[in-house]
Amino acid sequence: MKKFSVPVLLTIFAVGTVLAAHFELLDLYIQTVIMFIGVNIILSSSFNIINGYMGEFACGHAGFMAVGAYVTSVLNIMFFTNSKTFGDSILSPELALWFFPVTMLLGGIAAAITGLLVALPSFKTRDDYLAIITLAANFILVSMFINMDSVGGARGLMGMKQIIFSMEDVAFIPWMLIWTFVFTYATVFVIRRFVTSTYGKGIIAIHQDEIAAEIMSVNTNKMKLVAFMLSSGLAGIAGGLFAHILGYINPNSFNILKSTECLVMVYLGGMGSLSGSVIAAIIFTLLIEGLRFIIPAMDTLIHFVPLVPETFHLSQVLKWVIIPLILVILMQFRPEGIMGNRELSDFFPKLKKYYEFK
Amino acid sequence: MSLLKIKGLTQQFGGLTAVSDFATEFQGNELMGLIGPNGAGKTTVFNIVSGFYKPTEGKILFAEKPIDGLKPHKVTAMGIARTFQNIRLWHDMSLLDNILISQHYNLGYNLFDLFVRNKRYVENEKRMRNIAMQLLEQLDLVQFMDEKPKNLPYGVQRKIEIARALSVKPSLLLLDEPAAGLNSSDVQELIKLIAWIHKEFKIAIWMIEHQMAVVMSLCSWIQVIDFGKTIAEGTPEQIQNNPAVIKAYLGDENI
Repeated sequence: MKKFSVPVLLTIFAVGTVLAAHFELLDLYIQTVIMFIGVNIILSSSFNIINGYMGEFACGHAGFMAVGAYVTSVLNIMFFTNSKTFGDSILSPELALWFFPVTMLLGGIAAAITGLLVALPSFKTRDDYLAIITLAANFILVSMFINMDSVGGARGLMGMKQIIFSMEDVAFIPWMLIWTFVFTYATVFVIRRFVTSTYGKGIIAIHQDEIAAEIMSVNTNKMKLVAFMLSSGLAGIAGGLFAHILGYINPNSFNILKSTECLVMVYLGGMGSLSGSVIAAIIFTLLIEGLRFIIPAMDTLIHFVPLVPETFHLSQVLKWVIIPLILVILMQFRPEGIMGNRELSDFFPKLKKYYEFK
Repeated sequence: MSLLKIKGLTQQFGGLTAVSDFATEFQGNELMGLIGPNGAGKTTVFNIVSGFYKPTEGKILFAEKPIDGLKPHKVTAMGIARTFQNIRLWHDMSLLDNILISQHYNLGYNLFDLFVRNKRYVENEKRMRNIAMQLLEQLDLVQFMDEKPKNLPYGVQRKIEIARALSVKPSLLLLDEPAAGLNSSDVQELIKLIAWIHKEFKIAIWMIEHQMAVVMSLCSWIQVIDFGKTIAEGTPEQIQNNPAVIKAYLGDENI
C-alpha cells in the first residue's frame, strides 16, 4: 500500500485545491499563482527534454508556446463563441467543456509541427549554431503573430474568458484550475515515461556521445525529431493553458524574455532532472510573485530608517535585477543546478518505496 | 556466398586519397587483421564500412547486399558492430543502460506503445533486459551492472565497449585498436577475450591493431596498408617476413 502514497497525496492536493477554490477558501490571486506554477512546470520540464536530456542549447521555447496559445484560442473562439472576427459560434457554447481538451491537444500538435522548424536543422547543426536557429525561430513565430491582423496582430487576442464562462454555465466549478492540474500531471507523467524507457534513453545517449549513439543503432535523426516535437508540443499545451488562464494573449508575451524564463527554470532545477524542473518551476514562480510583496516591504523598510532620500523608491523593475543575480550566483556556486542530473529519489532513496509509476 | 566483400574501395578527401583500390573478403567467421603505419588509412576503411563516409568509389557487399552509403545505424542493424580507438561509451549512465540503448535497432515497440505502456512495451523491455543481462553474465560483467563506465578501470571499459558491440548480435565485429592504452597483463586478457568471443559467438572479427603480439597471435589472415594502398597480405608468418612490410614500418635497408 505504501507505494501508492505519493500518487494519493498528489490527487488529494489537486482535489483539495479545487474544492478550496470552489468554496471560495482560496482567493483568486492564489489560484492564479497555482495555475502559473502549473504552466511553468509544463514549460520547464518540456524544455528540459532538449536542454537537459538531449544536451542541445535551444532558446526559443516561447515561440512554440505562442503557436499553442494562438491555435487553441482561435479554435475555441471560432467554435464556441460569438465574436466579431470569427463570426457566430459553429457549435453550441456548452460543448466547449467537452472539446476543450481536444482543442488543447490540437494546439499541442500544431506546436509540435512548428517544432520541425528547429528539428530539421538540428540534424546537421548543433551547439551555438542550433541555439541561433532556435532564437531565430522564436523571432519568426512572434513576428508572424504580430503581423497576422486576423488574430489581433500586435493588439493581442481576447475572448478566451467567454470559453471559461460557457464552461461555468454547464457546471460552476473552477474549470481552469482543474485543467491546469490535469495537463500538468499528464505532462510530467508523459515525460517520465519517455525518459525512463529504452527508446527515450536514446536522447540521453545522443547527449553523451552522438557518434557512439549512431554507431550503436540509435537513429539519431529520428530521436532528435521526436525530442523536438515532443518538447515543442508540450510547450504548445502550456501556451493554451496560459492563454485561457489570462483570457488575453499578446504576441509580445511570447518573446525572448519568456524563453529566457524557461531557460532560467531549467538551469535552476538541473539539466536532465525531471524533479529538478518541477521544483525549479515552483521556486521560480513563487519567487517572482513573492517579490511583488517583498520589494514594497523593502521600500518601506529603507524609508522607515531614513537611509535614502524621500523621493527614491524601489520599483518592481528590481525583480529583473534580483532574478538574474540569483542565476549568476547559482552558476558560480552550483553550476549543475539544484538537482544536477539526478532525481529526487536519488537523493532520498527511501522515497522510492512511496510511489510506483510504471 | 561471402559475408563481406569489398571491391575497389577508394576514398578521397579533397586532393588526398586516404584509401585507394582497397579490396577484401570475409568468407565466414574468420579473424582478420588490418595493420599499417600511422595515417595509413586503416580507420578510414572502418569508417567507410560502418557508414560514416560514403566511399568515392567502390562496392561494399555485406551478406550480398550493398551497404555503401547507408547510415551508420542501418549498417549496425544489418549486423556490423564496431568499437573505437578511443573508448566511446556513454560515460554517465549505468553499464546496463549502455547495453540496453544499443538494442535500439530492435525495440519492437513504437512511441504510442511507450506512452500507453501496453503489453508490447512491457514484453519488449523485458526481452531487451534479458538479452543485456545474459550478455553481461557471459562476459562476467554483472558486478558492474549499475556502475557508470567513467568510474571503472580502463581495461574494463574496453571490455564493456566490446560487450556493447556484441549486444547488437553482429555477424561481423570491427575492433579499432582494442589494445590501445592497455598494459601488458590487460593485453594478455584481451587476446584471450577476443579468441573466446570468436569461438563462442562464431562471428567474423576484423581488427586494426598496432601491437604485433595481438595481431600475430589472433589473426589468421593479415592485410597491410600504407598510404591507402594494400602492400601485402597473407598469414602472420608471411607478413613477418615480407620485405615490403618491413620497409613500410622500419624504412629501407640502405640509407
